[in-house]
Amino acid sequence: MSFFGMFKRSVQGTAPVARERLQVLLSHERTVASESDLVVVLREEILAVIARRVKVEFDNVDVRMNCGEVVSTLTVDIEIPATLDAFTPAHA
Amino acid sequence: MVAKVIVVTSGKGGVGKTTTTAALGAALAQAGQNVAVVDFDVGLRNLDLIMGAERRVVYDFVNVIQGNAKLNQALIRDKRVGTLSLLAASQTRDKDALTEKGVARVMKELRDKFDWVICDSPAGIERGALLAMRHADIAVIVTNPEISSVRDSDRMVGLLDAKTVKAEKDEEIEKHVLLARYDPDRAARGEMLAIDDVLEILSLPLLGVIPESRDVLKASNLGAPVTVASPVSAPARAYKDAARRLTGETVTMTIPSDKRNLFGMLFGGRAA
Ligand SMILES: Nc1ncnc2c1ncn2[C@@H]1O[C@H](COP(=O)(O)OP(=O)(O)OP(=O)(O)O)[C@@H](O)[C@H]1O
Ligand SMILES: [Mg+2]
Repeated sequence: MSFFGMFKRSVQGTAPVARERLQVLLSHERTVASESDLVVVLREEILAVIARRVKVEFDNVDVRMNCGEVVSTLTVDIEIPATLDAFTPAHA
Repeated sequence: MVAKVIVVTSGKGGVGKTTTTAALGAALAQAGQNVAVVDFDVGLRNLDLIMGAERRVVYDFVNVIQGNAKLNQALIRDKRVGTLSLLAASQTRDKDALTEKGVARVMKELRDKFDWVICDSPAGIERGALLAMRHADIAVIVTNPEISSVRDSDRMVGLLDAKTVKAEKDEEIEKHVLLARYDPDRAARGEMLAIDDVLEILSLPLLGVIPESRDVLKASNLGAPVTVASPVSAPARAYKDAARRLTGETVTMTIPSDKRNLFGMLFGGRAA
């Protein structure tokens, strides 16, 4: 920290630092929270669609969001049974 | 009668939710409104103690939910303010004792009986806190001017906008910040987040500023809401103003202080 930084801090107290840290943190947490909500919803809805045809376990559905600067990607990884006994034809 | 339901919530523990529930409830009741305060802190009930009713609890919230008591049998009427009633939490360690259906039924019954139903939320973001906010029309988010409390308040805003009945119906839940345990001296010295900083960060309207005061502890020792135990004290005046704002009145925002505080502000700082 610079000499002036120290000086400024002793005059203004530590509250401005707290304020700055909070602003940075919360802007991050707000986007993360809305993304993770989206992932939760997507996971449930994807599971519901797949489960109409194939038996899948909730724990075997993996939905991930990767956020990049320009594009974000959604990765869906679903483990289904090796045999297709679990397959339910459309007319069933 | 159709009550407005308020949840007093915070995320972080120990910020003043129970103190606030008792004080706002009493202030509204002292103004002639019919008020029920409801303790959702199952296993760690304290509202009865703060209200001085701990020896009068026969039936609690869980008894009503499980059908072992009627709501009327469980409601404890305050001895000092006749229009104020308490529904105590249960001391059971079973966290699932409050069922979602049961809570909905009791809340509906309370809504029909009172003008205001104030729910004292437990800390945290678990089941108890979610049940406490579930049926609320209005949220009072109690925040201390301190970094972790503000962060947790922000978290609660997200939950209120997602997990309440109102939110699920795409209706806006009314949200207010109540800044509690505020110390003007420390804020002036820049040791504590300023009021404007907290409001800007949370972007929520301010319901009131409750100063840090020894009258709060005194009132809890005596078992009375601070607005009853010391009606003219700084925190009591702050809570009464906040209660008037809840009823829709426009009350100029001030930070009530005691003479002692003024003295401290003038001379106390230098001595330290
Ligand atoms: N304005 C105030 N001035 C001084 N002390 C206060 C003030 N508000 C609350 N307190 C004290 O802070 C402590 C915690 O208050 P309270 O029990 O109301 O918090 P809470 O948010 O309900 O806690 P929990 O999360 O454990 O339920 C108590 O000792 C109370 O007396
Ligand atoms: Mg409490």
